[in-house]
Amino acid sequence: MEGMMQPDAKMRTESGAESSPRGPGCSLRHFACEQNLLSRPDGSASFLQGDTSVLAGVYGPAEVKVSKEIFNKATLEVILRPKIGLPGVAEKSRERLIRNTCEAVVLGALHPRTSITVVLQVVSDAGSLLACCLNAACMALVDAGVPMRALFCGVTCALDAEGTLVLDPTAKQEKEARAILTFALDSVERKLLMSTTKGLYSDAELQQCLAAAQAASQHVFRFYRESLQRRYSKS
Amino acid sequence: MIPCFRTVEPLEYYRRFLKENCRPDGRELGEFRTTTVNIGSISTADGSALVKLGNTTVICGIKAEFAAPPTDAPDKGYVVPNVDLPPLCSSRFRSGPPGEEAQVASQFIADVIENSQIIQKEDLCISPGKLSWVLYCDIICLDYDGNILDACTFALLAALKNVQLPEVTINEETALAEVNLKKKSYLNIRTHPVATSFAVFDDTLLIVDPTGEEEHLATGTLTVVMDEEGKLCCLHKPGGSGLTGAKLQDCMSRAVTRHKEVKKLMDEVIKSMKPK
Repeated sequence: MEGMMQPDAKMRTESGAESSPRGPGCSLRHFACEQNLLSRPDGSASFLQGDTSVLAGVYGPAEVKVSKEIFNKATLEVILRPKIGLPGVAEKSRERLIRNTCEAVVLGALHPRTSITVVLQVVSDAGSLLACCLNAACMALVDAGVPMRALFCGVTCALDAEGTLVLDPTAKQEKEARAILTFALDSVERKLLMSTTKGLYSDAELQQCLAAAQAASQHVFRFYRESLQRRYSKS
Repeated sequence: MIPCFRTVEPLEYYRRFLKENCRPDGRELGEFRTTTVNIGSISTADGSALVKLGNTTVICGIKAEFAAPPTDAPDKGYVVPNVDLPPLCSSRFRSGPPGEEAQVASQFIADVIENSQIIQKEDLCISPGKLSWVLYCDIICLDYDGNILDACTFALLAALKNVQLPEVTINEETALAEVNLKKKSYLNIRTHPVATSFAVFDDTLLIVDPTGEEEHLATGTLTVVMDEEGKLCCLHKPGGSGLTGAKLQDCMSRAVTRHKEVKKLMDEVIKSMKPK
């Protein structure tokens, strides 16, 4: 039954980016995003990139423990749960990366002495996991209505043994790659917010990957805009 | 008057110095603190190094033990790094399980070892499928005054160069390992990764080798790990203000110069050491 159109109805949007099989060169996998699918968190989003899927929930601005409060801005916390096993040191490292990226864009000064918690659950991992986590976190923050100075997106590049660049690699491509670079870029000036890399590469290759990531981020931001337009135009 | 201003408005105090392109401790924006290194000071460890970067003091001790090689890679050994930030080094750390900062630093060092291929893990294998070396690298911070990642990477590299492993043979009759302590050999260090850290101020200014206070006031940090061929092992930028491609280029060139300085210092120290 259709029912009344609730203002917070789930909106599913899909991207028209090139779907598999991918051609050589720079193209992103098919992505999809679903917002407001969980009822308890203030904001939630599920982001799919090919077969990689991450579910994010945002609670905040909420009360914060006195030991953790900052007098003039909001305390941001990120919790990342892997699909199997207990969270370990690698998850802690990724949490720090995502947290610092969010801190750079969230206007914490508007909500002092509060806490904003982002909880990420890995649903399936088929390559480019950190980028998917970043995208899911951004969409969830938007869904929660947390004030931000810019949106951010995550893009992964893989360099194989010959030096060919592949954007948004699958798990197989990541394993065979010589180097994997993950960047977080902001939406206003495409500046580099966060970067983490694995493997050996030269300075010139870094600049090449960064330029490709900046071009790819345009697609991601366009997708954010479309999905939000579709969501708010119906209600 | 001046000590009060520094406590009340630390950011303004810093901005006044940065306007003149220098810092309160007298350094230029691109200048590192005095680096000193002492290799081989811990006699009970198989390899050790103490690194001082200004006030930041980090000691690395390496112990080698036996272990069965991993089942999915029977011809490889293990290198297990661990960074410990005890309450001794700074009032911000409490005793108990490792905090986030220590875990992030441990993960960073593990990534550097893996990405730079500083040691070929196959060199650590004694008998494929049966016995291999495991190197426990314990990095302990004794004094925390910023730029811990650079100091840890340097300490690890210097300690690894100091490690001497005894010769091990497997006795066919008893299937036990026989260790010949009189015959020791150095590890084969293939690359020399050197880390250079930067702090971003007010979204525009980049300063090299931040002290503890500068790290606290900065809006972002960036660490570049480079080896001698100019290849990057790690570009660690955990969030913070955005950077353009051009600023990154400046960081790369500074990292190349720093690599030369550090390599020269380490070679001098190793050459001056008396052979054991």
